[in-house]
Amino acid sequence: MDVLAKLENVSRVYQKGKERVEVLHELDLDIPKGDFLALMGPSGSGKTTLLNLLGGLDKPSAGTVTVGGAELSSMSNSQLSKWRSTHVGFIFQFYNLLPVLTARKNVELPLLLTNLGSGERTKRADIALSIVGLSDRAKHYPREMSGGQEQRVAIARAVVSDPTILLCDEPTGDLDRATADEILKLLQILNREHGKTIVMVTHDAQAAEYASRVLHVDKGKLEAKAA
Amino acid sequence: MKYFGFIWKNAWRKKVRTTLTILSVLVAFLLYSLLNAIGYAFKSGSDLADAERLVVIDKISLINPLPVSYENKIAATPGVESVTHASWFGGYYQEPQNQMPQFPVEPLEYFEMYPELKMPPEQLEAWSNNRIGMAVGQELAAQFGWKIGDRIPLQATIWTRKDGGRTWEFDLEGIFSTDDPRGGTGYMLFHYDYFEEARAFGEGTVGWYILRIASGANPVEVANAVDAQFANSPNETETSTEQAFVESFSKQFGNIALIVTLILGAVFFTLLLVSGNTMAQSVRERISELAVLKTLGFSDRSLLGIVLSESVLIMLLGGLLGIGIGWLLVQGVSQALGAFLPGVFLSPQALLGAIALMVVAGVIAGIFPALKAMRLSIVDALARG
Repeated sequence: MDVLAKLENVSRVYQKGKERVEVLHELDLDIPKGDFLALMGPSGSGKTTLLNLLGGLDKPSAGTVTVGGAELSSMSNSQLSKWRSTHVGFIFQFYNLLPVLTARKNVELPLLLTNLGSGERTKRADIALSIVGLSDRAKHYPREMSGGQEQRVAIARAVVSDPTILLCDEPTGDLDRATADEILKLLQILNREHGKTIVMVTHDAQAAEYASRVLHVDKGKLEAKAA
Repeated sequence: MKYFGFIWKNAWRKKVRTTLTILSVLVAFLLYSLLNAIGYAFKSGSDLADAERLVVIDKISLINPLPVSYENKIAATPGVESVTHASWFGGYYQEPQNQMPQFPVEPLEYFEMYPELKMPPEQLEAWSNNRIGMAVGQELAAQFGWKIGDRIPLQATIWTRKDGGRTWEFDLEGIFSTDDPRGGTGYMLFHYDYFEEARAFGEGTVGWYILRIASGANPVEVANAVDAQFANSPNETETSTEQAFVESFSKQFGNIALIVTLILGAVFFTLLLVSGNTMAQSVRERISELAVLKTLGFSDRSLLGIVLSESVLIMLLGGLLGIGIGWLLVQGVSQALGAFLPGVFLSPQALLGAIALMVVAGVIAGIFPALKAMRLSIVDALARG
């Protein structure tokens, strides 16, 4: 199976005042194309840091991170920005929609970074909204939607530019069980039917069951476990 | 342009705060337009002055009259081509608030001295032939709806008549105009002979002389020669170029340019504090949103541009509204003060300067919040939520 993302001997160390905190320690990980990987582990174990490294939001203190053939650890900030805009879709726990924009405009945001015209951007945003089942909410603002609907819009925003990998940080952490299940099913569909590679950080064991495999992160190291 | 909708939405995220900021910008640019227009009026007087005309006034004060006998001596001064005189009348039409400048002059001499004044020859002839005739500027005629042939009574505030009356009657014989829009025509001219004959006091005097120097003559030398003739006399003179005369007259009101600069400086400094604070607050409130934008792939530079554009947009909204309202007010001020302060005008240069100022002020007000947005660490900002 093709490896989409590869972490080799990756460490991440933060300096907090005089204290040196090693969040990830010499970690190796291969993520095959089309994988739906759940990362679990206690708070502070390094899950989100691992996600940030995969998304090019952070750089390792040591080791290399390669996603889709691009070696992220050697890229400049502007190169990483450009790479993120075409290769990664992010989904956050608290949705992080922009409150001043409608659902459609929120979904359209990543497309502002492309050369697409206004009509084409709107068309693609509407397609993404239809995939998440929110075509009828295109003109609604985040404050006019439920948490589940907001997260669906966030998913539409994440997939609108057809990224290589979707990175989800506790995507159901702010939702009730039923809504969380709907969101997870949606992610499963994106993985199985649209071939999206997904890495999901979660505390929720039930959420992790939707993934094709689960890895536990503890004290900066990985421990495999079948889903 | 594709970011405009996004920038517009962000600018209005706190409607009350943005409205108040826009209002403060509006007031600043309203003041800018009014002060600029008034400053322009003071400056345009000297800009329009003829370099070959000199003005002779009493050395002690402009309000002291000069003997009429000086005219021949001035005319005989080497380098003087022609000379005429004018005086201040100071009357009003019907109501005391209807004041306008009125000058007793020698009609033909005066129009020769001021070729920029345009009046049909037949009107000039009719006026010069009618002892109680008067000529008024186009603006003044329009202001009171006067037309040729009207008899206009004026109430004198200084010059009572020999019969003890204060009412002076005139026949409107001519209406003059000027090609330059900055040259006001809100004043009235009438015969010095009529004035001299009918006034109860002050006979044999004029307010000031205006002379035209001969081609090639040195204005400073001519001015010195004129003043030298009347040195140590009861009425010593001070001769200056028309431009210097107009400037010194303006300075009686103070250094207008400096006053305008100081007021605008204070207003714009305050404006920068207000709008800078608005932008800083606005950016502080949406740190996590800016981090999300970076996550989506917006570059550091594009965030810098977005925040700066938002700041400039707010400045342009308030500024253009302020300039627009200012322009309307300037039209009103121009009509109200036109007689005494012609040339109140918002020049194209002032408008362009205002737009440049809006952009510069927007950039200055937004630069620090924009840099903060640009330097934002995504991981830290998202962790803070």
